[in-house]
Amino acid sequence: MAKGRKMSNYIKLIALGLVTLFAMIGSNYARDLAYQVHAIIVMIVAGGLFLYTLRHTNEPKPAVVGLENEYFDSVVRAGTIATAFWGVVGFLAGTFIAFQLAFPALNFEWAQGFANFGRLRPLHTSAVIFAFGGNALIATSFYVVQRTSAARLWGGNLAWFVFWGYQLFIVLAATGYLFGSTQSKEYAEPEWHVDLWLTVVWVAYLAVFLGTVIKRKEPHIYVANWFYLAFIVTVAMLHLVNNMTIPVSIWGSKSVIVWPGVQDAMIQWWYGHNAVGFFLTAGFLGMMYYFIPKQAERPVFSYKLSIIHFWALIFLYIWAGPHHLHYTALPDWASTLGMVMSIILWMPSWGGMINGLMTLSGAWDKLRTDPVIRMMVISVGFYGMSTFEGPMMSIRAVNSLSHYTDWTIGHVHSGALGWNGMITFGALYYLVPVLWKRERLYSLSLVSWHFWLATIGIVLYAASMWVTGIMEGLMWREVDANGFLVNSFADTVAAKFPMYVVRGLGGVMFLAGALVMCYNLWMTVRKAPAKEASLTVPVPAE
Amino acid sequence: MEFYTLLRQFADSWMLLFLFTFFIGVVVWAFRPGSTKVYKDTADIPFRHDDAPAPAAGADEPAETKEARA
Repeated sequence: MAKGRKMSNYIKLIALGLVTLFAMIGSNYARDLAYQVHAIIVMIVAGGLFLYTLRHTNEPKPAVVGLENEYFDSVVRAGTIATAFWGVVGFLAGTFIAFQLAFPALNFEWAQGFANFGRLRPLHTSAVIFAFGGNALIATSFYVVQRTSAARLWGGNLAWFVFWGYQLFIVLAATGYLFGSTQSKEYAEPEWHVDLWLTVVWVAYLAVFLGTVIKRKEPHIYVANWFYLAFIVTVAMLHLVNNMTIPVSIWGSKSVIVWPGVQDAMIQWWYGHNAVGFFLTAGFLGMMYYFIPKQAERPVFSYKLSIIHFWALIFLYIWAGPHHLHYTALPDWASTLGMVMSIILWMPSWGGMINGLMTLSGAWDKLRTDPVIRMMVISVGFYGMSTFEGPMMSIRAVNSLSHYTDWTIGHVHSGALGWNGMITFGALYYLVPVLWKRERLYSLSLVSWHFWLATIGIVLYAASMWVTGIMEGLMWREVDANGFLVNSFADTVAAKFPMYVVRGLGGVMFLAGALVMCYNLWMTVRKAPAKEASLTVPVPAE
Repeated sequence: MEFYTLLRQFADSWMLLFLFTFFIGVVVWAFRPGSTKVYKDTADIPFRHDDAPAPAAGADEPAETKEARA
């Protein structure tokens, strides 16, 4: 045992040493600033881990007895903290760029090239989708797969590698955007070296998750795990295919995609829409299928429906991407196919929504007494709303009005803030008292405050974007009697100003709600009464 | 025959048939006789092992855990 550990330490030291050396050379030879910054970050991380491993190399391994009788929850606790932290960062960035659009002076002269809208916008989208959403997915999937498999996470500290490796990916991606490293593919902006690192982390994530499912003690795989697994596997596939690039130099960020022209566009939106379908939908449905039954204290409305929901969703979503490419070089048959599939997708989406909502049947009174379940229910409501709006916007005629306008932005945010945000908040409110062994949350009235701040914020956001989006769509296509366009682009920008301010205020409210949540969760850990001791030690199940 | 045409024809015929049959099969499978009882048990999974994993082997306890829920 001790010998094996020594051996693995030597291998670790060699690997970390080589990475550090490579990063040192990279920081010297770097062809661009972003790569240099990344090389320095990697050098510090790998070098630090090298020193840490070296200092601890001859220490005896701490005894690991009876771990199999406990859940691996420390990594889930870290994940909930990371989720709340990155959530606030992402919402703050979003609110700031919303005001940058309303007041261009906020693109400060001294920060040009680093903190202007173009650099901060991918920072915002990645922070909320991948940092906030991704951490929420990783943390909740680790929690749910253990409980529903009745088994400890597979792979020991590999789960910690997934957690910290993912944080490193986030930091590399975020610094990359600020310093100008991007491959300009929406939601897939990170360049090749960051993509490679994410691939390594993702394979480890799949191994931990699948390993736990395989060693489960329950005969059946609970439906939430199906959704999580579909999310992990599909995101891996999307990530690999959409990032098939050849680096120009091993010492630089720039890479060239292997796909030509319109195929590249199609693959990008096959990726982009399935990032929505599998990252933001399937994964979060996994959350819905666990946390709503738990919070409502009743099993899911129809398990049969959940099975059909799962297969219908994954069979249809994968075809919906081409609706992003109406009126482009993409052949008409392909975008028509995408449109038709998007409309059929309405059915499983609403099937899932009904399944989530009806889980409360017989317990509707909880909506009055439990603000956490209210949060979960409104998230499912927003899921239903945006999965109705989306198919409608994918219709070619509607798309000719809505595409390139703020309507799209409003649609994305009613889904992201309403569905993904609210279900994540609900899951955090459920998880924190459980993970830190508290009786209850610190304050339910603060949860209500969060609920209303967030809901009104989303309503302001979505409503102002509907108005401004449809308005600018109509202004762009308006022609006079002689067939000349009536409005210049700058006219539409000027006309949108009031709605941009309202949108920004909606963002402020949503951000304020998230800060209230952070305070409430912090005080839950610090102040809420602890659960009796009997539950803090592992007890044999009756 | 061009490789693209070959793939396209396969996708439009056999693969389409396979995916469609598979999907119909899933729906039929979900409604198979006796599924209601099985799924009632499956749907209860989240309420069983909240605090600790199931013990290693032997003394497994489906009967008692269901009781503990009620």
